[in-house]
Amino acid sequence: MNFLTWGLAFALYLAWPASVLAHVEQGQAVGFITGLEHPWSGLDHVLAMIAVGIWGAQLGNPALWILPVTFPMVMSLGAMMGLLGIPLPGIEIGIAVSAILLGTMVLGEVKPKLYIAAVMVGFFAIFHGHAHGTELPAGQSGLLYSMGFVIATGVLHGIGITIGLIHRWPAGKLALRGAGAFIAAMGFVFLWQAVA
Amino acid sequence: MAGGGMKRSLLHNLRILLGAALSAALLQPSEAAAHLVTTGMGPVYDGIGHLLLTPEDLVPALAMSLYAGMRGRAPGRRALFLFPLAWLLGGFAGLSASGTPTFPLPAISFLLLGALIAADLRMPDNIFTVLALAVGIMHGFFNGIALKAGPSGLGLLGIMAALFVLVAIVSAFVLSLKPPWARIAVRVAGSWVAAMGLLMIGWFFRGQG
Repeated sequence: MNFLTWGLAFALYLAWPASVLAHVEQGQAVGFITGLEHPWSGLDHVLAMIAVGIWGAQLGNPALWILPVTFPMVMSLGAMMGLLGIPLPGIEIGIAVSAILLGTMVLGEVKPKLYIAAVMVGFFAIFHGHAHGTELPAGQSGLLYSMGFVIATGVLHGIGITIGLIHRWPAGKLALRGAGAFIAAMGFVFLWQAVA
Repeated sequence: MAGGGMKRSLLHNLRILLGAALSAALLQPSEAAAHLVTTGMGPVYDGIGHLLLTPEDLVPALAMSLYAGMRGRAPGRRALFLFPLAWLLGGFAGLSASGTPTFPLPAISFLLLGALIAADLRMPDNIFTVLALAVGIMHGFFNGIALKAGPSGLGLLGIMAALFVLVAIVSAFVLSLKPPWARIAVRVAGSWVAAMGLLMIGWFFRGQG
């Protein structure tokens, strides 16, 4: 069994209806599905996550995995701030700027020091977490929502890393830079929408 | 010299007092909200079902197994025997307790174990043993409270057996991983567990945990 099979089996387990519980509980499996769906529902979040993965792939080891490890942890910190009611000004602007800057990093194949890349990714993760991590519909399980949300974000990073693997070929490098330009351009659209 | 000794002793006692006060605060009982699993196959299987269908317990058990596997053979063997045993002992303590702690202690397990895995932190075997015992006792304690109204002690035995199998399979799987990327994948999984822990703390304070 490979990781994908294990992952699918685990996802199936989490989504399995809890019909054998003595107490009739509602919203458990739905909480996981809602969390799993949520990161995919906003293009701003999707593009930023994929940009993190692609940039990590461009930077190579250890950034390849340090950035996707940093992001969900700091993102959860941002979500926790939201859950505790700590306000964060300019969330939508922060998310749009994250797409612009991360897209630009991919476009320019910018290779800063590892800690600078990690701090940058972590900084924007706070905005993404604050905006997306706190939207639990009433009656659903917070834990399962969190699991779905974190796993989906990790999968988006994984997609970015997988796309970034084409970096080893010259044409692939060019394609990635094109993807970076697209993400940055979309970031400007999000920024326009945020301030308009 | 004598003054220094007295000061050290005072600080030591103060630490114990603070530790006890913190433990008492964290273990402050509240209304229990157990969700028991009824498999129809008896209390042992109900216990197994409870572990496998309760993410609050299953994820930390998996995380402990992952971390034990990352630490190597000797810690893995210690976890294999001590972790389920600690869980059982905690469970028996929980059977005679009332209520559940108000603070989301499972969230702390998520956060702590996830961070340890993500950082791939090396620690002395003795400290690892204390960690395995502490996590086992804590989760077992909650299980004991939850299972009191259902499969009780036999349910705890079922949980212990399931844990033994779980730790054996998962830690051996991690130990067998040779490619560097596979170890990295385990670390990434750890970061996800830690992230879930942070979110659980947030949900708790928001009243939706």
